[in-house]
Amino acid sequence: MAAGCTFFGGYPITPSSGIAEQMVRSLPGAGGVFVQMEDEIASLAAVIGASLAGSKAMTATSGPGFSLMQEHIGYAAMAEVPCVIVNVMRGGPSTGLPTSPSQGDVMQARWGTHGDHPAIVLAPSSVGEVYDLTVKAFNLAERFRTPVIVLYDEIVGHTRESVTLSPSVEVVDRVAPDAGLQNFLPKAAQANGVPPMSGFGDGYRFHVTGLAHDERGFPTEDAEVAGDLITRLHTKVEDHADEITDVETFMMDDADIAIFAIGIVGRSAREAVGQARAAGAKVGLIRPVTLWPFPSAEVAAVAEQVDTLIVAEMNLGQMIGEVERAAGQRTHIVSHLRADGEPITPSALLDVIESSSRSEEGS
Amino acid sequence: MNDVKKYLREWAMPHVLCPGCAHGIVLRSFLEAVDQLQLAQDQVAMVAGIGCSSRLAGYADFCTLHGTHGRAPAFATGLKLARPELDVVVVTGDGDGLAIGGNHLIHAARRNIDITVLLLNNSIYGMTGGQVAPTSPEGTVASTTPSGNTEPPFDPCQLLLGAGASYVARVLAATPTEMTKVMADAILHPGFAFIEVVADCPEYFGRYNKAGGGAEMLTQLAGRDTGVAVQLADKRFVNHIPSSETAPGLQTGVLRRETRPVFSGVRGGGDHGA
Ligand code: SF4
Repeated sequence: MAAGCTFFGGYPITPSSGIAEQMVRSLPGAGGVFVQMEDEIASLAAVIGASLAGSKAMTATSGPGFSLMQEHIGYAAMAEVPCVIVNVMRGGPSTGLPTSPSQGDVMQARWGTHGDHPAIVLAPSSVGEVYDLTVKAFNLAERFRTPVIVLYDEIVGHTRESVTLSPSVEVVDRVAPDAGLQNFLPKAAQANGVPPMSGFGDGYRFHVTGLAHDERGFPTEDAEVAGDLITRLHTKVEDHADEITDVETFMMDDADIAIFAIGIVGRSAREAVGQARAAGAKVGLIRPVTLWPFPSAEVAAVAEQVDTLIVAEMNLGQMIGEVERAAGQRTHIVSHLRADGEPITPSALLDVIESSSRSEEGS
Repeated sequence: MNDVKKYLREWAMPHVLCPGCAHGIVLRSFLEAVDQLQLAQDQVAMVAGIGCSSRLAGYADFCTLHGTHGRAPAFATGLKLARPELDVVVVTGDGDGLAIGGNHLIHAARRNIDITVLLLNNSIYGMTGGQVAPTSPEGTVASTTPSGNTEPPFDPCQLLLGAGASYVARVLAATPTEMTKVMADAILHPGFAFIEVVADCPEYFGRYNKAGGGAEMLTQLAGRDTGVAVQLADKRFVNHIPSSETAPGLQTGVLRRETRPVFSGVRGGGDHGA
C-alpha cells in the first residue's frame, strides 16, 4: 500500500491467505477496493482489469493457485499490464505440503507461462524485505509495464518479527501518454522499450489483446511485427537487468568457499557462515534478492574467486543449472538439496561447509 | 437507422467474420443501443474473451479488452470495481461463456456486479473450426460429434436465472430492432444484466447440419418454421418440450428484471459489500 496499491483480488489458499485477510482490513479505509474472486484465474484477471482502469493492483497465492495464474501472467506480459503477484511457496507438486516451506516454484516463476516472456522475480528472506521488495515490485511493474512476482516461502510468510519500515518510500508510476487523442498509438514504445500507458476511461480509446499485435494494439500475424513485439517485451527488461539486479553478499571479501542461496535458505546460510567463520573457515554468502533476471555476472565473479560454491535450495535442484551456466568451469560446485517440507538448517549447511573444506584440503 | 460508423474502427477492417454470420448484425444493434443512450464513447469498455463473438470488440471504437478464453467476466469485474463510472459490456459466446468461462459468468451474476453480458449463442465453436459446444442441441453434427451430439445442452437463460442474475433476456439475431431495444434496456439496468442472443454460424453449424446459409438459418430461428435449425433447437434444452406443445417455441424478451443491491467490492464509504 505504501507503493500506491489500491486493488487486491484474491482467492483463499494456504499459506498466503493472511495477506488477503490483512488487505481487506487495510484497503477500504485507504480508498482501495478488495474482492475475493471465484478462483485464482479470475483473481489475476480482476487485477489486470483494475490495472487497466488505472489502479495499482496485486494478488497473492501459493503453488496450486500460482499454477492457475500462469495463464494471466502471460496475458499481463503480452498486453503489458503492470501487476504484482505474491507467491508464498509451499511443498509441491500438486496440493503437496500445504503448510510446509519449499522453493519448488523458482523455475515456474521464470518459465511457468507458455511462450517467450520477460520475468522479474524478487525473493525476500525476511518480513522487512517482504515490505521493501513489494514496494520495489510495484515500482518495477509500473516502470516496465510487466507483471512482477514476489516469491518467498511458507516460513517467511508466517514469520512474525519486528521491522523498521522506512517512513517514506520511492514510488514510481506508469508514464502517461502525451500524444493527442488522434495520434495515440497504445503500443508505441519509448526509447526505453516501454510504451506509455493510458487507463480505460482516461479519454483515449484503444484495444488491448493477448494476441500478437502492432503499435495500434491491434492483432497481427505479420511475422516481422510479431517478432519485434516479442523481442521488445524481452529486451525492455533484459536491457535494464543491471538496474533490476540486486544481490546480497556477506563475508565474501576473503572467502574461498561461498554458499549460493535465496530467501529463507539465505538466512540459514548467513547464520552458518557466521558460525563457520568463528571456527576459522573462510566462507561467504551470495544471496540473489532479485532472482530473475538471474544475476549471472555476480555469480560469475564469485565463482572466479572461490574454490567451492555450495548451491543450497529447498527443491531438487532447480537453480543449480543456472548457477553452473553462470559459473562455467571457474569453480567446484556442490549441490545441497532438500524437498521434504523441512527447512535447510544452519547446522546442515555447516556440515556441507566442513566436508567442502576437508575435500579442498585433500585436493 | 442511425449512423453508427463513428463507433467503428474502420481502420481495423476488413473483419474476420464469415459471410452470412449474424455477429455483424449483433454488433450493429449494440452500437445503435449505445447511440440511443448517448453513452460517452470513451467511457464504454467492451470486454471480450476468445472466439468469433469476442472478436467484435476489436472493431468497436471504445476501450476494448480482448482477454483470455472464458475470463471476460473476471476482467470486467476488476475493471468495473476500479472504475465504477465506466459502462462495462462483456461480449462472449456459448463456448467462451458457458464452457471454459461458465464459472466466471455465474459468479459475476451472483455478485450482481453492474455489467452487461451479451452471449452470442450459435451452438458451436466457430473460431476453432466447428466443435460441439455446451449449447449444441442433441443430434448436432460438429467436427467433434460426427455422428451427432449425445450430450444434453444448457439453456443459458435458465442457467443465469438460477445463478441469480438480476436481469435476463433472450433475443434473436434475426430481429435487430427488438435486439437493440433489449440491449439498451439491459445497459441501463443497475446490476448484472444477461442477454442471450440466438445467433447462427452458417460456416460450421449450417454446413455440418445442412441447415442452410446465414439468411435461411436466421429466418428459421426467428420464424419457427420447419428447418433443421429449428428441429435441432427444439432439442436445445435438457428438459426440452417439443415446440408443438409450447407455442411460440423459444421464449424471447425479458425473462427477469429485478432490483437488488449492486456489488461494488469491499471498499470504504459504507458502500454495499463492505
Ligand atoms: S465461424 Fe461461424 S460464428 Fe465464426 S464468423 Fe464464421 S459463421 Fe460466424
